Amino acid sequence: MKKNKIGNLYLWLVFIVLYVPIFYLITYSFNSGKYMHGWKGFSLIHYCQLWADTRMIEIVVDTLIIAFLSSVLATIIGTFGALWINFAKSQLTKNILLNFNSILLVSPDVIIGASFLIFFTAIGLSLGFLSVLLSHIAFSIPIVVLMVLPRLQEMPVTLTEAAEDLGANFWQVLNKVTLPYISSGIMAGFFMALTYSLDDFAVTFFVTGNGFSTLSVEIYSRARQGISLEINALSAIMFIVSLILVFIYYFISRNGNRKRTPGLEATK
Amino acid sequence: MKKGKLFFAVLYVLWLALFVVVPIALLLFQSLTSESGQLTLNNFVSYFSSGTYLRMTFNSIFYAFLITLITLVISYPTAYLLSQLKNRQFWLLLVILPTWINLLLKTYAFIGLLSRDGTANSFIGLFGISPQQLLFTDSSFVLVSSYIEIPFMILPIFNALNEIDRDLVQASRDLGANSWQTLWRLIIPLSMPGVKSGVQSVFIPSLSLFMITRLIGGNRVITLGTAIEELFLTTQNWHMGSTIGVILIIAMVATMVITRERKKSVLRRGGK
Amino acid sequence: MKKLLSALFAISLVIVGLFAIQRYLVAKENAAAGTSGSGSKVLNIYNWGDYIDPSLLTKFTKETGYRINYETFDSNEDMYAKVKQGGTSYDIVVPSDYMVEKMRREKMLLPINRKKFKGFKYYDKRFLNKSFDPGNKYSIPYFWGTLGIVYNDKFVKRSEVESWDQLWSSKFRDKILLVDSARDDFAFSLISMGKSVNDKRPADVQAAKAKLDALMPNVKAILDDEIVMYMVQEEAPIGITWSGEASEMIAENKHLHYVIPKEGSNIWFDNLAIPKTAKHFKAIYKFLNFMSEPKNAAQNAEYVEYSTPNKGAIKILPKSVTGDQQFYPSNKTLKNLHVYSDLGQKWTQIYNDLFLEFKMTSR
Repeated sequence: MKKNKIGNLYLWLVFIVLYVPIFYLITYSFNSGKYMHGWKGFSLIHYCQLWADTRMIEIVVDTLIIAFLSSVLATIIGTFGALWINFAKSQLTKNILLNFNSILLVSPDVIIGASFLIFFTAIGLSLGFLSVLLSHIAFSIPIVVLMVLPRLQEMPVTLTEAAEDLGANFWQVLNKVTLPYISSGIMAGFFMALTYSLDDFAVTFFVTGNGFSTLSVEIYSRARQGISLEINALSAIMFIVSLILVFIYYFISRNGNRKRTPGLEATK
Repeated sequence: MKKGKLFFAVLYVLWLALFVVVPIALLLFQSLTSESGQLTLNNFVSYFSSGTYLRMTFNSIFYAFLITLITLVISYPTAYLLSQLKNRQFWLLLVILPTWINLLLKTYAFIGLLSRDGTANSFIGLFGISPQQLLFTDSSFVLVSSYIEIPFMILPIFNALNEIDRDLVQASRDLGANSWQTLWRLIIPLSMPGVKSGVQSVFIPSLSLFMITRLIGGNRVITLGTAIEELFLTTQNWHMGSTIGVILIIAMVATMVITRERKKSVLRRGGK
Repeated sequence: MKKLLSALFAISLVIVGLFAIQRYLVAKENAAAGTSGSGSKVLNIYNWGDYIDPSLLTKFTKETGYRINYETFDSNEDMYAKVKQGGTSYDIVVPSDYMVEKMRREKMLLPINRKKFKGFKYYDKRFLNKSFDPGNKYSIPYFWGTLGIVYNDKFVKRSEVESWDQLWSSKFRDKILLVDSARDDFAFSLISMGKSVNDKRPADVQAAKAKLDALMPNVKAILDDEIVMYMVQEEAPIGITWSGEASEMIAENKHLHYVIPKEGSNIWFDNLAIPKTAKHFKAIYKFLNFMSEPKNAAQNAEYVEYSTPNKGAIKILPKSVTGDQQFYPSNKTLKNLHVYSDLGQKWTQIYNDLFLEFKMTSR
């Protein structure tokens, strides 16, 4: 019991640290001043500015489209990539593939951006939505693989073998055994991909063009005079919306859990 | 059977070829050529003979190591405690949520928190401590970088912990192991793949951090990322920039080799 | 599996919804601009972030019917890389002086047609015909400024920072914010030794680097644009930066002042230019003429708060702005200001390598 208390205290502490900067910047979105320091009084002026800024809203929508689309596609491709790597017979092949997989993770964004730019212009792809989408898919795939693979390696070989012995074909094994088993890894991969996509600046900067822009690129180029609090207002709204979505997810999954799978929860 | 497997991998292999192999080939080519387009090893020679670059490399590795260590120490217990909670997926989402706020914006929030007349200084002022210089120090740089990286460490560790069969834990208890023994002998070894994934996804990007080094560190900390950024954008010497890129990739492969699976000691569920 | 599929379904719904919103927004914008679809009536501008009054863009669209695609960059080199690689179709870019020279030499700019652009008569002769573009064949000055010292009168007296050499004084230990730019930091080091800002003699440049190293104990941080915010917050009493950023700082904090040291300094120009990727020439000249219109140039200068080279605009702007010696210095000061020329690849590299070494100098 005592251990639990210490544990909870620790968790609270971690969450407070994680959220202090977020609350700080949300608080300042209501500042009537121009900067993220020196509180000048409460005001909604930055929210009004944001509402009037159609270009900004358009960019937010574009950013979200890119983020969701690229992370779904990256998750699908990455999951199959992980399956494929896992099928490799020798440990050596596996390691080589894994190293190749992770090269994009280590390469500094500037290098990735520059080489993608050379690549796109070489094949004559005009810069814009498509080039940004392709790049985001490209740099999100390795993180998906990295999230899915450990789960696959944990999976007992006997499980799939048993299914095959029972006459299941490849699809059925995949559908009924493998994918459900690794679903938590897939979800983790998806969220990481989403995070990478929302956060990326350098790569997008290089490969965008013809009027297309994402939120990060816009924020960086507007940061010349310190970040405008309009961006804070925007982030505050996005944060609240995500929070609401998370809570909805929480309630749905709680109700769902009650109905089925009593086993998992009960064993605790 | 075989065909099915291959079919799935097509897109992935295509990706490997177009977005990994081609860029790497370009990078390698750039690093091995000179301004006039001749093949040369000069870029590598000047890298290894330059005290500045070597010191910078050492610095980067040192700070990346420190950041990884700090995030690991904070994240492991967090992930463990999270995995014990009832609605753990929900709490996990709350860990991920802060990463969706733009990085630059969070950095600016930290500037507000750490500046001379900022919140942190006002807070310690309550205890009669005079304002401290918090910004532009090594520790503020490490602090903010660790903050940024923590969710990327928690997530894989949590996943690994979450996968551990609870029957196994129960069995260990039934066999008379106390909670510490269970933790040491069972949970930690079984969560190692997650720890490795976490270390990889924190250490490697930390080598090439660049924006925080300037905004929070005031350029007092210089990493390889800063150098590459400058070589590619300001100096526009892509050859030298690529050389450092190649060296980073080699460093990554080394990291992966060091943190490689060593499957022996651990008992695996259903393993052979 | 069910869980995965329903997640996939939910996400697809979100994406479709987002696409619908996007369509709606574009349609709304087109309706507002009175144009239909993505027809030929567009103009692609590539400018620095926050470097134009957005209401001027709206006004231009209203007057001419051209829809503006406005994209931003935050360094000359970034812009150069994008234009050079192609794949974009920018009609107007805004390079600084040395970048105009470099792009001009590499044939990346198109000449300005004097028959179509009639605005030169509005410009102050002192800011035309500079070494980076003799006769202004390729560029029209947009804004200009200087490099100097910002100080906070709460902690520092004006007489303490009137010369570059005074920065090395031991009383400023850990008090100076430097701008993160090899060219500018070398410039004041070179000037303080009586050398040219475009010096290409190894001995001089090495000496300038050694002198910068000696400044290191006084340097608190080396920063980019965030220097504005840090000076306003009074994180440090002295900052070395460009006049444009200085004017932003002063607008926010009355204790800050800007000095151009007596040994002289750098003068810089950001310029409107037409890259070789340009396509919409009718719109381009309409826009260039529109921006050189004194009324519009004055409005823009008031928004951006930088110094305008437009004589007509100076007449319209309030005396409190144009009479300010900090940002519209006298002819005597102007004589001591030097423009950067493009150093070429080799020397750019030398400057930057030395600068990197300088940044690694322990304090």
